Amino acid sequence: MSEKFLLDDNGIKRFLVTINVNGIDYTKMVKANTLLASFLRDDLDLTGTKRGCELGDCGSCTVLVDGKPMNSCLILALEADHKKIVTIEGVSTTDDLDIVQEKFLEFGAIQCGYCSPGMIMSAKALLMRNPHPTYEEIADGIAGNLCRCSGYINIIRAILSASGQEVENY
Amino acid sequence: MYLPDFDYYAPESIGDVCRMLTEYEDSMILSGGTDVLPKMKNAVLAPKTLISLKRVILNEPGMKSISYEEGRGMVIGGACTHNELVFSEVLQSKYASVSHAAQSIAANQVRHAGTIAGNIINAVPSADLPPILIALNASVTLVGINGARSLSLESLFVGPGKTVIERDEVLTEVVIPDQAMTGSAYFKYGLRKAGALATVGVAAALQMEGNRILDIRLAFGAVAPVPMRAPQTESFLKGKEATEENLEAAAAIAHDECKPITDFRASEEYRRDLVGVYSKRAIRKAIADGHR
Repeated sequence: MSEKFLLDDNGIKRFLVTINVNGIDYTKMVKANTLLASFLRDDLDLTGTKRGCELGDCGSCTVLVDGKPMNSCLILALEADHKKIVTIEGVSTTDDLDIVQEKFLEFGAIQCGYCSPGMIMSAKALLMRNPHPTYEEIADGIAGNLCRCSGYINIIRAILSASGQEVENY
Repeated sequence: MYLPDFDYYAPESIGDVCRMLTEYEDSMILSGGTDVLPKMKNAVLAPKTLISLKRVILNEPGMKSISYEEGRGMVIGGACTHNELVFSEVLQSKYASVSHAAQSIAANQVRHAGTIAGNIINAVPSADLPPILIALNASVTLVGINGARSLSLESLFVGPGKTVIERDEVLTEVVIPDQAMTGSAYFKYGLRKAGALATVGVAAALQMEGNRILDIRLAFGAVAPVPMRAPQTESFLKGKEATEENLEAAAAIAHDECKPITDFRASEEYRRDLVGVYSKRAIRKAIADGHR
């Protein structure tokens, strides 16, 4: 109950939250129904995180919450208060692309690109937990990310390659 | 998708949660959010107030812990996520069958959010955890304004979406008691390998002596309004040798005993066939692999 809030002109509560996104603390006023995906896209202008089904099925809004891949369309900004979020914009901490991003380009694992940010976040989470996954473990790790171009084979091959395993690039 | 306006509180204790649930009209608990929020977006639910458990989880470590307690059994906090069940070493070592059931739920992102309590209290007939927990004779602890009560999971469900949980009660733990059962297994048939609801789910827990089945508990999901036991199949198998002939006969009884409906996922007859086949598989695995 220690949520700090103000009432806006319409009598709607505006709560104060501090969310760490890609290493930076952002303190903002949000409504109770502000979703983390909206907070990232609309308040912080981090539009790499995509809205897809918005029901937790497609995974295009996947971000890391305290290191775990989660659907940002199903998390209230209020629930993410004081949590550490990593989005596709923060996946590389240098000026170069992250190895997973690099391999997605190299293996043609990006077609329309809409699923790619979520796919890459799931791949990052998988590789952090399991640095040398098998083909099946990768398939399971990205099972919550739908690619409607159905380019799964190249995505899995890119992740295999990012984990340092030999993969032929056709 | 538009999430309608609602009021939000994140109280510090379970007692405060119970009080708020009665004080605020049309209030609901928000824990993992994987069920409540999509339903609110689809206007299936329209609570005026969401009561978040985020501080309760910090203040009451039991809500998020999985541990073995001498004399009580395996105690799983209500706010444990499915992936916490999947990765728990203590659960894997004693009842990997429960970890496997948790792993069959949705996909990774949802398993990091959805909780065991949510999977139970929603009372969805196809939920994956209730069958294996019922087979293992699990009980749940419900905390309300007037204190805590414990009841068997099997007696919790009344109908689709309906349970005996009172308005002010919070499901705080699931307890799998110490038991004589020597093995358990959960088999799920879904239309995809991931992200599918169970067309049929079959759980078995049994006690073997040599090749003889001394005791057995079967629980079926998605083939009745609530997760159902199979008393006729169980009593047929009790005391019998685990031969292929006996398993075939048991499968036929299970086929007739379950009460499935035809819907867009499968026909009644197909579900009956699945229950027969999956009962055999679950029994065979529980015999061969113990609780693994």
